[in-house]
Amino acid sequence: MTEHARPVTADDLDPAKAAARVVDGVLADLGGGHRGVVVDSPPGAGKSTLVVRAAAHLAAAGERLMIVAQTNEQVDDLIERIAGKHPGITLGRLSASGYVPSERVLAHPAVRVAQKADDLAEHTVVIATAAKWATLSDGSWPWAIVDEAYQMRSDMLLRIAGRFERALFVGDPGQLDPFSTVEVERWAGLTWDPMRSAVSVLLAHNPELPVHRLPVSWRLPASAAPVVSRAFYPFTGFRAGTGPGDRRLEFGARGMGTTYDQALEEAAATGWALYELPARHTLRTDAEAVRATAALAVRLLQRGPVAHSEQGSGPVDAARVAIGAAHRDQVTAIRAALGPHGDGITVDTANRLQGREYDATVVLHPLSGRRDATAFHLESGRLCVLASRHRHACVVVARAGIPELLDAHPSAEPVHLGVPVKFPDGWEANQSVLAHLAAHRVAGG
Amino acid sequence: MTDTAPDLDRLRGGAPPRNHDARTIAALTSNPGCARRGVMDAAGVDKDAVARELGFPAPFGQSQFAITRGNAFEAQVKADGCAELLTLLRERLGLDVPEVAYDDLEVVAGNEGRELRHSRTRRLVARALENGEGTLFDHPLLRLEIAGHPAYLEPDVIAFQLAGRLHVIEVKSFAVVDGQAEPEQVAAAARQSAVYVLALRRLVAELGHDPARVSHDVFLVCPENFSNRPTATPLDVRPQLAVLERQLARLTRIDDILAELPGDLTFDLGESLAASVRAVDARYAPECMSGCEMALFCRDEARACGATGALGRSVRDDLGGVDTVGTALGLADGSLHPSDDLAETADQLRAAARLRAEALQGVA
Amino acid sequence: MSALSSLARLQAVAAGIAQPLATVRHCHVSDAPLVLVPLKLAGEAAAPLAVMLGSDPGDPSLLVVPQPRNRDLRFAFAASLAKLVLNHIETSRGAVEELPPGKEGEERIRYGDAPQLLVPNRGGVAFLRMMGRSTRFRSTEGPYAVEPAVPVLGRWLTWFADRHDHPGSSLMGAVTELLRLHWATGQSSLEDGNLAALTGWIDPPAGLDGPAAAARAEDPVVWPPAGPTTDPTFDNEVLAPAIAGYDRSGGDSRAGERLHAAIAGQLTPTWDLMWRAVGLLRALPEGASVPRRWERDRDAFTYYHQTFGEAYPQARRDPPVRAARRLHDLERAQDAYDAQRAFDDPLVMAEHRLSGQAFGGTVTECDPARLDETGKRPKLRPLLRVATRDPVRLDAGATVCSADRPALKGRIVELDDDGGVVLELTGGMGRKLVPEAGVVPEVGDRVCFTSLTEGSFGAAKFPDREDTPWTHGGPPGEYVPTDEDAEEDWS
Repeated sequence: MTEHARPVTADDLDPAKAAARVVDGVLADLGGGHRGVVVDSPPGAGKSTLVVRAAAHLAAAGERLMIVAQTNEQVDDLIERIAGKHPGITLGRLSASGYVPSERVLAHPAVRVAQKADDLAEHTVVIATAAKWATLSDGSWPWAIVDEAYQMRSDMLLRIAGRFERALFVGDPGQLDPFSTVEVERWAGLTWDPMRSAVSVLLAHNPELPVHRLPVSWRLPASAAPVVSRAFYPFTGFRAGTGPGDRRLEFGARGMGTTYDQALEEAAATGWALYELPARHTLRTDAEAVRATAALAVRLLQRGPVAHSEQGSGPVDAARVAIGAAHRDQVTAIRAALGPHGDGITVDTANRLQGREYDATVVLHPLSGRRDATAFHLESGRLCVLASRHRHACVVVARAGIPELLDAHPSAEPVHLGVPVKFPDGWEANQSVLAHLAAHRVAGG
Repeated sequence: MTDTAPDLDRLRGGAPPRNHDARTIAALTSNPGCARRGVMDAAGVDKDAVARELGFPAPFGQSQFAITRGNAFEAQVKADGCAELLTLLRERLGLDVPEVAYDDLEVVAGNEGRELRHSRTRRLVARALENGEGTLFDHPLLRLEIAGHPAYLEPDVIAFQLAGRLHVIEVKSFAVVDGQAEPEQVAAAARQSAVYVLALRRLVAELGHDPARVSHDVFLVCPENFSNRPTATPLDVRPQLAVLERQLARLTRIDDILAELPGDLTFDLGESLAASVRAVDARYAPECMSGCEMALFCRDEARACGATGALGRSVRDDLGGVDTVGTALGLADGSLHPSDDLAETADQLRAAARLRAEALQGVA
Repeated sequence: MSALSSLARLQAVAAGIAQPLATVRHCHVSDAPLVLVPLKLAGEAAAPLAVMLGSDPGDPSLLVVPQPRNRDLRFAFAASLAKLVLNHIETSRGAVEELPPGKEGEERIRYGDAPQLLVPNRGGVAFLRMMGRSTRFRSTEGPYAVEPAVPVLGRWLTWFADRHDHPGSSLMGAVTELLRLHWATGQSSLEDGNLAALTGWIDPPAGLDGPAAAARAEDPVVWPPAGPTTDPTFDNEVLAPAIAGYDRSGGDSRAGERLHAAIAGQLTPTWDLMWRAVGLLRALPEGASVPRRWERDRDAFTYYHQTFGEAYPQARRDPPVRAARRLHDLERAQDAYDAQRAFDDPLVMAEHRLSGQAFGGTVTECDPARLDETGKRPKLRPLLRVATRDPVRLDAGATVCSADRPALKGRIVELDDDGGVVLELTGGMGRKLVPEAGVVPEVGDRVCFTSLTEGSFGAAKFPDREDTPWTHGGPPGEYVPTDEDAEEDWS
C-alpha cells in the first residue's frame, strides 16, 4: 500500500474532466525531464487506457519504448488495445520459447512475435512480461512503461531497470502486496528491500519524482466506489465516474423467492448483497458456502440478467461473471460445484483476478467460517481485489460471526524498524466493508 | 463510575485494584477474545496472585543482569538533564531543538499523591501547548480510563515538545544492530508507547487542544550495536493506537460478559477460587504463555478437556470446527459418526488418517 | 501446518508419544558434527557468557567469560572459541575431489566433506550470527587489536548463520528444527521450542510418557534452558553471586572454578540432549536427495574456504543486488527442497495427496502401446486409468510426473466422479515407439502421480554491483574497512 497521500483536489470537477486533467498532467510530465513518473490508479480508473495513451504519446514523439507487464495475459490485453487503437505503431511482442500466441494477438497480424530482442530492433514499441525482460542482459530503450508496478517486486525492477533510461510506472496501490515463500526479515527496513514493491523502492530512492493519482473509477458503480474508497484508500479517495442512476442490472426471468433470488435482487437493486450462512467454524472448503457461491452465480445467469450502463445495454453472459475466493482449493471446489450451467464463469483467487473486470461478481469472503484470522486472511489487498472487480453488483457469501472473529483478533504483529506503516490496516478495512454489507444482508442456508 | 463498577469491585473480593501500567494496558490487546482475561483485567484482579494461589505461578522471572542493564542505560541517557538524548535528537535525527528546559516530574516535593503529580503534569503540558514552554518532561504522570476506572500510568517515558507538538520518547535497553532490532521487542515497545500517546492525547483534549498535537511518531531510544551509545529511531505507532482504542472501547462492553456470570462470583483467594475462575470462559492459545499470568492454569485446563486449541491456533484451524482431540480422532478413525455440519471435516480427517497409515505401512 | 501434520499431533496426544512426520531423514548428519551450546548474558545483545562445544559427546570443551562485562575477557573468550571452531573447520574438509573444468577452463574442486555446526535452537543460530557480527570487523592491529583468529571466526560464524537460512542446507542446524521436521508432538509448536520437552515427547526416559517427560522438562531446575537465554532464577541466585565472587577475588582461580562448575551444571544436560537428538536423527534412513543437497553444501563451503583470503568481511546489510540475488537463491532452494522431500518420502507426499496436488492408487486399465498419430509423426502416448480415493484437485490437462520415478511424465486426460483418473504418459519411456520394459505401470500396480516438479525455478540474471540501477539508489560505495569498524564498542 502506498504511503504517499495527496489531498483530493478535483472533486468539484465533472469526473471526466477531473480524470482528463490528471492524464494531461501525466503526459506533460513525460516531457518534463523526470527520470520517472508514477501514476496510482484505484480499481478501474483507466489504467490501461492511460498506458495506451502514454505509449502513443511517446511513440508520436519518436521515442522507442518498452512496455513491461506482469503476466502473459496482461501483455496480450495491452497488445489488443494498442494494436486496435493505434494500428500505425509498429508493435513487437517478446516471448519465451514455449509461448503460443493467443487468438487476441493473432488477430493483429502486424504484431511481430519474437524470442530475441534483436529481431524487434526496428519496432517502436516492444512489449513483454517482466520475467521475459529480465532475461535480457543488454539493449536499452529511452522509455519504459511499467504496468501493474505495485504488484512487481522490487528485485524484478532491479533486474530490468538497466534496460531503460526513463519510465512511467502505473499501478494500483490498494491491491495485494508481493510475497515470498522464504523468510525475508533480513531485508526489513532497507529502502531496497527486495520484498517491497517496485514503486515503493523507486520512490524511496527518488523522492522527487512526480506522483499522480487517477481520481475516478470508471468500473465501480456509484454504489461501490465510496465503499471501496473508504475502506481501502482512506487517504487517497476516489469516486465513481457514473452517477447512482447510470447503471442498472435487471433480470429477464422472475425469481422464485428463494434466498438466492433475494440476494441477487438485493445486489441488483443496491449493488451489494451479503448472503449470510449460519455461524459455524468450518474447513476452508466449507461445502455449504462453496455450494452457495456456485449456486448464486448459476442462478444469476438463469435469471437472464441485462446490464444497462453508459456504454449501452446488453445481456450479462458467463464471460461477464466472476467468482473470487482466497485459496486455490476453494477455487477448485467452487469450479467443481458449478457444473455445466456455470460454463464460462471465471473462478479464481484474488491474486489472479487482479486487474480484471466483470459485470457481476460472487465472492466467498476470506474470513468465512474461520475461528481465527491470520495476516493472510486479513490482508486488506485481498478483500480489496475481491470487492472491486464489478461494474454492477457484488454478492458476498460468508458465514455469520465475522465481526466476532475480528473482535477477538489478537494484535501482536511484529514491528520492524524503518518499515513504513501500511495503510489501511486489514482489520479496519474488513470492518468497514462488513459495516456496509450489514445493510444488505440476506439470511441464507 | 460506570454501571459495571460495583460488580467489578465485588469480583476482586477485598483486594484493592491492581495498578495498571502501560505494559498491562498494552497487554489488553493481546488476546481480546478471552472473557476470563477481560473480566479479570477490567476488575483489576491481581492475576499473578490468583495464578500462584491456584498452583500455577507465572514463569515470568526477570534476570537481575537485564534489570541492571536497563537501569544503567536509562540513567546514562538521562544524565545531566538528558544531555546525551538531546545530542541524539539534534545530530542523529537532525531536529532543530532550540534552548532546552528539562523538567523531571517524578518527585515534586517529597511524597505527594498521584493526583497531585498528575495535576503538575497537566499544568506543564498546558503551558507547553499554550506558549511552547518546556522541552523535555521526564516521568509525566498520565491517566487513562480503563473500564470506567482511572488508571495512572507508571511514568517511564519522556514527553518531548518541539514546535508546539508533543512526542513520546521511550527508552529501551534492547539493542538496535545495523538498524534492526528484535521485531517482538519493537512491537512491545510500540504498544506501550501507544498507551502513552493515547493518554497524552486525552490530556491534551481535556485541556482544550487538538489531540493531533501529540504526534503518532514516537522516538525509540536504544543502545546502538554492541555499545552503550544510544541511538534514536522514529516509530509510527498509528496501527497500535488503532488497536488500543478498539480494545479499550470493547472493555467497557464487559457488562455483557458479567451479565452471564453468577451473581456471587468472586476471585477472592481461597478454596472456591478455582471454581470461580473456571466459571468464566478462557480462550487459551499457546501465545498466552508469553504474556498472561493465567496461562499455565488455562493451558492445564485446556489440555485436561482435550481442547485442540492447546496445540496451537493453526492446528485448530486445520481441524475446521472440531474443538476436542477425542472427537477429531474419533472422526478420523471412523469410530464416531459426524453430524451433518462436521461431515466435511470428517471426510478430510479420514483421508488424512488413511494417507498417514498408508505411508507409514511401507516403513513398518 | 497442514491437516496431516495436525492429525499427527492429535495422534501424539492420544498415544502419549511423538508421531513420525517423515519416513526418512531429510537432513545430513555428519559423523562428527561440531555441537555448540552457547549462553549469553541476559539483557545484552551479544555478550557471551559461555559455550560448551565439541564433536565428541564424551569430551566437551567449556569456555566461560568469568565477567561478561569485561571487554578483554570477552575477546579472550572469542579467541579461544575461534581456535576450537577454526580447527574444526580445517579438519573437516576431507579429500579434495577434482571436478571437470568450468566454462572458461578454470580449475574446479570440491572438498570431500564439510564442517557441520549444530546448536540447540533458532536462538542459538541468532546468537552465533550476532557473535559473528560483533567480531568480523575487528582489527588485528592498532589500539583495539584482537587476536587474528577473532575476525576470522566472525566471518565464519556469519557464513554459517547465512547458510542456515538456505532451505535444505545442513551446514548449520538448529536441533529443535531438525527434530520437528521429522516428528509431531502432542504439544504446540511454541512448546516444541524447548529442546528437553521436544526430546521428551520423541524419546521419553524409561518410566515416563511424552507428556510427563515434557512437564518435567519445563522445570528449569530439572532441565536448565537450552540457551542462549539463561534461567532468570539461576541468574539471580547462582550466577550473580558467582560472578560477584570472581570479581571480589580479583581473578582467583578457585572463584573461577566455582563459576565454571555452576555454568557447566546448566549446560551439561543440554549437551547430553544434543547428542541424544543426533542419535535419533541418525537412526532414520537417509532420504535419497540428502547426499545431493550435502554436495551443494560442500560446494558452497569449498568456494568460501577457497576465496576466504580475497574477500572482505560480509557487509552489515545486503546491498541491493546482493539482496535480490540472495532472495532468488533462497526461493529457488526452497522450491527444490520442498519437491525433493516429497519425492524422497511418501509421508511428505501424502501432504500433497491430501491437498489434491498428488494422487495415489491402483492402475485399473492400461494401454501401454498406444500411439498418438494425429501429428506429423506418431508419438508414444500410453494411457492409464488409476483408481484413487484421494481428493484430487488437479484439472484435466495438468502435467504430472510419477512420484517413484519423476522422469516418467504424463498429462491428465479426464477425471471421473468416482475416483478414476485417466492419464496419458508423455515422456520418460525411452526414444522408441514401444516403451522400455518395466517403465509403464501395469494393471494392479500401485502408483502415485503429482504435479510437483523439481527445478521449475530457473536461475536468474542480475546486474553487477557497479550496474545497480538508479531506481535502487545506484551503485553502492565500495566497502573499505575503517578504524571505526575496529573500534566499535563491545561493552
